[in-house]
Amino acid sequence: MRFVDEYRDDRIALALVDEIRRTATRTWTLMEVCGGQTHTLIRQGIDELLEPEIQLVHGPGCPVCVTPLALIDEAIAIAKRPDAILCSFGDMLRVPGSQEDLLMARAAGGDVRVVYSPLDALEVARRNPEKTVVFFAVGFETTAPANAMAVRQAKLLGVENFALLVAHVLVPPAIVAILVSPGNRVQGFLAPGHVCAVQGWREYEPLARDYGVPIVVTGFEPVDLLEGILMTVRQLEEGRHEVENQYVRTVVRDGNAPARAVIDEVFETCDRAWRGIGVIPKSGLRLREAYRAFDAELRFPREGAPASESELCMAGEVLIGRVKPDECPAYGTLCTPESPLGAPMVSSEGACAAYFLAGRRRVEAPA
Amino acid sequence: MSEDPGSDAEERPRDFVLQCPVPLPPGASVLLGHGSGGKLTHQLIRDVLVPILGDVAGSELARLGDAAVVETDGLRLAFTTDAFVVTPAFFPGSNIGELAVNGTVNDLAMMGARPLFLSAALILEEGLPLEDLGLVVTAMAEACRRAKVALVTGDTKVVERGSADGLFVITSGVGLVPDGVEVGPERARPGDRIIVSGPVGSHGVAVMSRRAGIEFEGELSSDTRPLTGLVRAMLAAGDVRVLRDATRGGLASVLNELAESSGVSMVAEEKAVPVLPPVRAACEMLGLDPLYVANEGVCVAIVAPEDAEAVLAAARAHPAGEHAAIVGEVVEGPPKVALRTGLGGTRPLIMLAGDQLPRIC
Repeated sequence: MRFVDEYRDDRIALALVDEIRRTATRTWTLMEVCGGQTHTLIRQGIDELLEPEIQLVHGPGCPVCVTPLALIDEAIAIAKRPDAILCSFGDMLRVPGSQEDLLMARAAGGDVRVVYSPLDALEVARRNPEKTVVFFAVGFETTAPANAMAVRQAKLLGVENFALLVAHVLVPPAIVAILVSPGNRVQGFLAPGHVCAVQGWREYEPLARDYGVPIVVTGFEPVDLLEGILMTVRQLEEGRHEVENQYVRTVVRDGNAPARAVIDEVFETCDRAWRGIGVIPKSGLRLREAYRAFDAELRFPREGAPASESELCMAGEVLIGRVKPDECPAYGTLCTPESPLGAPMVSSEGACAAYFLAGRRRVEAPA
Repeated sequence: MSEDPGSDAEERPRDFVLQCPVPLPPGASVLLGHGSGGKLTHQLIRDVLVPILGDVAGSELARLGDAAVVETDGLRLAFTTDAFVVTPAFFPGSNIGELAVNGTVNDLAMMGARPLFLSAALILEEGLPLEDLGLVVTAMAEACRRAKVALVTGDTKVVERGSADGLFVITSGVGLVPDGVEVGPERARPGDRIIVSGPVGSHGVAVMSRRAGIEFEGELSSDTRPLTGLVRAMLAAGDVRVLRDATRGGLASVLNELAESSGVSMVAEEKAVPVLPPVRAACEMLGLDPLYVANEGVCVAIVAPEDAEAVLAAARAHPAGEHAAIVGEVVEGPPKVALRTGLGGTRPLIMLAGDQLPRIC
């Protein structure tokens, strides 16, 4: 398959591994931000090929993982209402809320539907005018344009029974939160290629400058990741801290202008809680005043006390790269994909699931 | 109603207390994942159904083969049943009717049997267009002709609108196992080679692409077909020890089941597993691993090492096996499956808990 096979070529990949090891004169700690990147790295064992010169820590770029518990409980409560249909991407269905997950809500009679696009959810709304159809709008900047488009269409077409449960988060504020967190050890970032396909990389330039870290926009295949790592290591070795683009076949500096325009028309930034991490200022999106009528949280106000997380789950530390999944005491014992304590063990982009699927065993946490 | 439920409960004869060896989790209910063919399905069968059935379940049920092989009057009969609930009922390349016949025919073929007779039950939802029913039954008839089986008995039921998704089809089948044929899920030995009869993932991706409303360039169609002729050719070419059609849960789940049944380890080569380019492309887009996607016309054969090339050649000479490939080997060790990946790494090919869920981005 073109544009895939070339980037999975073993010989090119292994040559890059050699080049990275030759270039690094000391140990560098890098973070790949996106969960899709984490899965490729762990699945192929690339992190182990690069040790000890390169330490890879895994970032918060798993939309399912950082969606707060309270919003998942809210989604489950909406799904159980007889007057509502909850539409979601499939990934969200097995993520544990405080009591149950959406699959259990569905088994208990809730109307939960897996869709592949928010526009499909809009279609569900048009076909079921007697119900309120809520789309669980999860994700980073990558999924925001399509979600914005669905709300825009709903308004244009007068589909009043459509609403979004918005859980959108943004990458740059999360990078800042990691950089300023006590004990941060990340020295360079592989920025998420898909997010930058939408946003471009202008907003990363002040981060690289102000915090003195190299940031390389990187793709998702083994060769992409290794090339991104090599570019980051070269910057570190040469004392540079710039934004560079490895993912040239997809990303340009200004991103996708129409996509950015529709996000801007429908959403505005807001403070948002990240599961396991806490509130990060200006790190989320919410519907603008003109589209507020489509906000599911206003239509179905939250009831009950805020839920609390499992005390054993270290998802927060995993998501900011402070510990690796196999350093968590619950990893692989109390927490498995079948009975997860936290979202990173469930999602196809979660770091804990990546480790478990690759057969990594638990290690004792460093003292 | 008793006035004093407490004493009523106390006086209830002990014989009436339902007991099963493993207590059912209180308040638990069936999840869709219990139908995925993965770990949850196995837990449901092993921990809930088989214990309740107790002595009623013959040793053949616990063997968890594709079909049971029972002996009567000196004849070895293979017997199986299968329910088909696929959504949508019509998908690229086929429909639920052809699937229901081929599925049962293939379950019989996996025991080395020659399929003979089928039954079919149709559960129809009120409002189903008769035209659709006609298309499904026409496909069933064609599939029976192709597999050379007779549909000898059946049943139809109609349920209220909303109680079934258009229609469900249930088929059972009986076949005869010829003398000298010995295949079974527990017969894999270290050193045996693992053959896959065709490209994997085509059926599941065809169904999912229709469900997702995604159209891909190039044809994506279900691989449903009878495997009887292919199996006969392979059995004639050498010592085939195990056969299993890689349906629900895909190749990965089937290899895990067989490793478990035979008490052996297996090592597969990721790059040796045939996958058609449009199927690979679709899996990339939907975030699926083709090794876990369902097939309806692909089987796994575990073959004695000295006969592997001959059996592979026989498979490739048959139209249903032209893309057959040796994908791995049986090795000594605990019942696990490892996958060798491109960069020289190895990762365990585990059985998934439930269904693969399409990812967000």
